[in-house]
Amino acid sequence: MAKKNWVFLGSVFYMLLVLVLGGCGRQSQQANSIQIKGSDTMVNLGQAWAEEFMRADPKVSVAVTGGGSGTGIAAMLSNTCDIAELSRELKPEEIEMARKKGFEPKQITVALDGLAVVVHPANPLSQLTQDQLAAIFSGSVSNWKEVGGSDLPIVILSREVNSGTHVYFKEHVLRRGRKDSQAEFAANALLLPSSQAIADEVAQNPSAIGYYGMGYISPREKALAVAKDADSPYIQPTIENVVSNAYPISRPLLMVTRGEPQGLVARFIDFVLSPEGQKIVVKIDFVPVKSN
Amino acid sequence: MRVRKLKEWLIEKSILLSGIFSIVFVLLIFLFLLREGLSLFRGESVIDFLIGKSWYPISDPPRFGILPLILGSLLVTLGAAAISVPIGIAAALYIAEIAPLRLREALKAGIELLAAIPSVVIGFIGMITLGPWIKNFFNIPTGLTALTGSVTLAFMAMPTIVSIAEDAITAVPRQYREAAIAMGATKWQTTWRIVARAARPGMLAAVMLGIGRVIGETMAVMMVTGNAAIIPSSFLQPVRTLTATIAAEMGESVQGGPHYAALFAIGIVLFVITFLINGVADLYLHRSRR
Repeated sequence: MAKKNWVFLGSVFYMLLVLVLGGCGRQSQQANSIQIKGSDTMVNLGQAWAEEFMRADPKVSVAVTGGGSGTGIAAMLSNTCDIAELSRELKPEEIEMARKKGFEPKQITVALDGLAVVVHPANPLSQLTQDQLAAIFSGSVSNWKEVGGSDLPIVILSREVNSGTHVYFKEHVLRRGRKDSQAEFAANALLLPSSQAIADEVAQNPSAIGYYGMGYISPREKALAVAKDADSPYIQPTIENVVSNAYPISRPLLMVTRGEPQGLVARFIDFVLSPEGQKIVVKIDFVPVKSN
Repeated sequence: MRVRKLKEWLIEKSILLSGIFSIVFVLLIFLFLLREGLSLFRGESVIDFLIGKSWYPISDPPRFGILPLILGSLLVTLGAAAISVPIGIAAALYIAEIAPLRLREALKAGIELLAAIPSVVIGFIGMITLGPWIKNFFNIPTGLTALTGSVTLAFMAMPTIVSIAEDAITAVPRQYREAAIAMGATKWQTTWRIVARAARPGMLAAVMLGIGRVIGETMAVMMVTGNAAIIPSSFLQPVRTLTATIAAEMGESVQGGPHYAALFAIGIVLFVITFLINGVADLYLHRSRR
């Protein structure tokens, strides 16, 4: 009887094993579907491209999901997406991981984005220098009156660390692009899970300051004009100013593919970079790569 | 006859299997956590990890100090317990001892419905309505605080506490109540001194399971506590919990890197905490059955 038990247990366990392992196969990579994953900043843009692309060719399906730039590249490494959207460049260790998995990641700039720094509309301030921004977000300035505002404590809002926007803001605003800088976001900065959460909090909190891609700006928040230093002009985050490179906090938005894009993926990227695709970029309030 | 025997045998063994598998899965999960998490401690000391005061996981060099996260989780949990335990126990006593039959059924159904609300919805309500209210009421810079998290989580712990405590109270033998009333005790004396006392182990288990639910909750806390990794000195400050940290950062971490390992190590810490809480609850539950 005891022996029979073991035979039975063994066979059931084996069956489960087969079921579990069998379910792990790759579902994507079908000839007429593309999986796109990554940056939350780019999810609306990716969705708009996908819809237009699918309207032109109803046989294909393009699925776009967010989660953050890091999520996108992690998905590409674990083979569950065809295109990763990133709002920052690949890190050296990510490129190395990709090589270990047997492919060379190809980074393609598909649009530009200005990062808007936003406050509550009732905040009397309308402009700051980059040094002031660095001081505020790293916590060395903690009251609005120190930068010429009213006597209110500053509430810093930031994206979570899985966000490309967080990484970009830290490297280019807090550290001013210097590799040796150790500047960090203040420990008491609130880390919110999405750009929309930051927009909501800024809209109802007069002491808050936050940042996000300029596509999220609405009349419920006020975007600040930013100057490189005290002697430079203050520039508004608008499409013209990002295209002309006058606005100091702007960044490339990337699509990453597994090696050179091929087949349907290549067709999709060609569409994205075409005049038609770049028109959609403008419609979603980002900045086209090719001004024409 | 043989068919029937075979059927019996099959049923018996599949039930046995289900039992074994649930234990095997817990063990496998724990082993997996250990395997992924322990690699962190090749480059990092356990002490620095547990009592380090700064959490800057993606900096260079990274700093993995989870003391603010542990304290954040404990503070939110403590607050939630302080709110949900008295209300939950009182509600259970009312439902089991005092409420008329019809009201009792309605209340029970309502509380079970509360358990069915997804945590992200509760989190959303907390963020949109409770947060601004707390900000204005206490006149503090932001409404995303430990207190907001505690109140939100108290809502989620309540159904667990009420339904398990109510079961424990209902299970108190009728003779106890009859004896108390025969001795001249009032309704309140019977309820509080006899019934509540007899049901105490079960009620303690209810509290422990409720707390277990609170400490493991992720989505709602992530939305309402502000997630700032500072060592909190009051309930009116933002905190970052262990669970929210794992959920928020797992997507970014490079698989197999130190950050990834650190998140799994946080998982081990959480596992140990919930294991202890469930262990204590189990101990009391068993005592109550004797």
